[in-house]
Amino acid sequence: MAELTINPGFELRNSRLEIHHFRLRLAIASTAVLCMFSLLFARFFYLQVVQHSYYTTLAEANRISIVPIVPNRGIIVDRNGVLLASNYSAYTLEITPGKVEDLDAVIDDVATVVEITPRDRRRFKKLLEESKSFESLPIRTRLSDEEIARFAANRYRFPGVDMNARLFRQYPQGELFSHVVGHIGRINQRELDQLDDDGFAANYRGTDYIGKVGLEQSYEASLHGTTGVEQVEVDSGGRPVRTLSRTMPVSGNNLVLNLDAKLQEVIYEAFGDYRGALVAVDPKTGGVLAFVSKPGFDPNLFVDGIDPQNWKELNESIDRPMVNRALAGTYPPGSTFKPYMALAALTYGKRRPEQRISDGGGFNFGGRFFRDDKVGGHGLVDMYKSIVVSCDTYYYMLANDLGIDNISNFMRQFGFGSRTGIDVTGEAGGILPSQEWKQRRYKQKWYAGETISIGIGQGYNAYTPLQLAQAVATLANDGVMFRPHIVNYVEDTVTRKRTVVEPQPLRTIDLKPEHLKVVKNAMVGVNKEGTGARAYAGAPYVSAGKTGTAQVVAIKQGEKYVESRVQERNRDHALFIAYAPADDPKIALAVLVENAGFGARTAAPISRQVFDYYLLGKKPTPLKAGKENPNDPAD
Amino acid sequence: MTPRIRRFTRLLTAHIDGPLLMVMMVLMGIGLTVIYSGSNQGISRVSSQMLNMLVALTVMYVFANISPHALTRIALPLYLLGVLLLVCVALFGEVVNGARRWLFIGVTRIQPSEIMKIAVPLMLAWYFDRYQSALKLKNYIIAVLLLIVPVGLVVRQPDLGTALLISAAGAYVLFLAGLSWRIILGVAAAGAACMPFVWSMMHDYQRQRILTLIDPTQDPLGSGYHTIQSTIALGSGGVFGKGWLQGSQTHLDFIPERTTDFIFAVFSEEFGLIGNSLLLVLFLLIIARGVVITANAPTLFTRLFGGAITLTFFTYAFVNMGMVSGILPVVGVPLPLISYGGTSMVTVCLGLGILMSIQTHKKLVQS
Repeated sequence: MAELTINPGFELRNSRLEIHHFRLRLAIASTAVLCMFSLLFARFFYLQVVQHSYYTTLAEANRISIVPIVPNRGIIVDRNGVLLASNYSAYTLEITPGKVEDLDAVIDDVATVVEITPRDRRRFKKLLEESKSFESLPIRTRLSDEEIARFAANRYRFPGVDMNARLFRQYPQGELFSHVVGHIGRINQRELDQLDDDGFAANYRGTDYIGKVGLEQSYEASLHGTTGVEQVEVDSGGRPVRTLSRTMPVSGNNLVLNLDAKLQEVIYEAFGDYRGALVAVDPKTGGVLAFVSKPGFDPNLFVDGIDPQNWKELNESIDRPMVNRALAGTYPPGSTFKPYMALAALTYGKRRPEQRISDGGGFNFGGRFFRDDKVGGHGLVDMYKSIVVSCDTYYYMLANDLGIDNISNFMRQFGFGSRTGIDVTGEAGGILPSQEWKQRRYKQKWYAGETISIGIGQGYNAYTPLQLAQAVATLANDGVMFRPHIVNYVEDTVTRKRTVVEPQPLRTIDLKPEHLKVVKNAMVGVNKEGTGARAYAGAPYVSAGKTGTAQVVAIKQGEKYVESRVQERNRDHALFIAYAPADDPKIALAVLVENAGFGARTAAPISRQVFDYYLLGKKPTPLKAGKENPNDPAD
Repeated sequence: MTPRIRRFTRLLTAHIDGPLLMVMMVLMGIGLTVIYSGSNQGISRVSSQMLNMLVALTVMYVFANISPHALTRIALPLYLLGVLLLVCVALFGEVVNGARRWLFIGVTRIQPSEIMKIAVPLMLAWYFDRYQSALKLKNYIIAVLLLIVPVGLVVRQPDLGTALLISAAGAYVLFLAGLSWRIILGVAAAGAACMPFVWSMMHDYQRQRILTLIDPTQDPLGSGYHTIQSTIALGSGGVFGKGWLQGSQTHLDFIPERTTDFIFAVFSEEFGLIGNSLLLVLFLLIIARGVVITANAPTLFTRLFGGAITLTFFTYAFVNMGMVSGILPVVGVPLPLISYGGTSMVTVCLGLGILMSIQTHKKLVQS
């Protein structure tokens, strides 16, 4: 303003001074314009030169979406190629909860086009609770052709509901292999974290399922395969525009098992209505020929998420079908412990084979009477007879002579009380009692009186059927122990290259051949003239075995166990260990029949059927539960 | 024959400024090229923009031929009409997207704030011209009031972007008219002091825009989205650009408003720093021509008005490019002569037509 007020009042328009002032202002403004444009140029330079690679990365990330291509999961077959776990492709109807406002209304709507059962709804609810809202969850699986067509025609009505072709896992053998093969299920948060920790998260992008139990779990890394990648150009709405590159997935490897589906079926039928477990191994390799835990369950229920009702039924069933008895159930071995006790006696020089004891019906120790199963006793008993007739008194005395530490040190070599290292996870360790164990477990010292019943496989003894099978296989194989393995070889689906699970000798127990001969001979006697004779009558091969009975409920001092007086669930478990042929063992097994009473009556006949099938190819005849046979030989 | 035709042609083109028109045509050509790319090779958009250009060039031609003196006569009525319409908007305006900007008059809707972009600098230039012999502080105060009334009405709509552009146009006139530096600095200081107060007066979405500018990542899917995506487009364009029709940000739909407010992102992605530099030079040429014309303008009115038009043109270009490159908040300002849209094309060409008029009528005034 100062500039203008000095205008001296001349009426002359456009005075030079005025123009000069204006041009000065204009020059200032022009300078400002130049500065601002320089600022813009600096910004462009910064973005397009300095930060160019950063923004290029961002633009590429915008543009390119990495879509995982899930590999086909490897299949599982038995030794003869019978399918145990396979894949099939089917259409599923999936809802993305995050894209849907009123879930129930949408499901009701969808139900007018595609059948949705209450079970589907319950299962969906359960999945919903376990997942994040942006995941698409199956409401219906295995759509029929008609349903596919009907939904396709009505698709526009259901935003957020999609039909997808998915690979499904199928277990054609159903219950038969539920505990060995296991099953897959949807990946949960814990497993996701684990995958993350192990660095496998990238390979599981796009994978919804993971092995939950059994071989499906333990061989997960082999079965899963390598996820492929598709680079897709997408627009801002995430819609694919075109495929830029594609790396095909590599299918997972197939598993070929040592198991024999037919044999497994034979065993299942042989059990009849009984519950129990049977593990059969090839003593020379450790290959698992049969692995049964009965009852099982239908693993197919778990594949696309089990519905709460079935889950509840399985979990609350008194038969506990979800428990893998062969792997995780621990039982006292009963009299099947005796051959090892005899071997220990010979090894430690506590008995000579021909040395006889007098069995007057029991053994008195520290004011307590340990009763023999046979009233009045077996009379004079040498080692052979002690095994053949299963004399308790002989082993009460022997246990006392050996002492707990000798027993546990010897038994440990046969794998009692330690995990076998089988190729399925979830194995229980069992309990091999010792002074040290009791101190650790109960903070108490060992009482000599506790040793007595250890001698007949009772007391604190608790082993898995798998451990019993491995022990008898080791015995059959003259002390050479193999790690049991279910998988024979892993087959690469592309190259067909086989990776054989080599037999792994774990250890060779230092045993004298003449000692082994005594015990094995006595076990042959069991099946020839002893407690197993009835079951093995007329067998065209020579087998060796030992019966056993495991107490479920302790019997009071001086009281005799009378089966008919005991409630069914409290009855003794029947046990049998065996191998055949005796001179060149091809199969060794341990069988446990829950609440079946004497081992000779139920367990031994099952083993006979296994041998008949495996060695001769004979078909079995099933047993009936609870059938009374008053002429049972004593165990 | 020949001399007659030549004379006739000279008569027709007497009021056209050659250099200005040449640069304009180049920019319009660039605009069409980029609109073609930005609309995913949409011929319809290109041809309708050509129609817009035709209309705009006609308007330019008409105003180039109108003497600046004639404009002084409509300054006051146009200004009063504009203010009246703004008052009507405030009273009876239609609310669109939460803002009361439009007025329905019989057959069509108009946005009176657009008129004020021209009317305010015209009015102020006329006012200063009229009282130039004895300019006193009082005159400046009145000029400021003349500016504040329409700006205030537009702010209330609310339309912060347009309000700022109108104030800028008015402020340019005040500055060129010789407003004392003391007052300029005083007002600037007072303005800074008022910032907290202004902040509390602002609408939420206005605050959001400013916050988003400071940190676009704060709201990457909401209001920060546009800025982030256009910045990525610029940065990934690099020195040479991705090539015409090759911009992935553009063609995969990541850039919003690709043919209008964010057209510069498309251009920049496909033509890179070299293209940007060319564009800056072309805009500078127009501004330089405007400055030259203004500096040599015969009357105070033409000087002030021409200067305001030139600087407003600069403001449009600067604000648009600044917004797209992420140094200014997102306001709805098109890139002059490039962006698709009839209104902005006509407004810009009208202004440039007036510049031509100032240049070509000068001799007549002098003679």
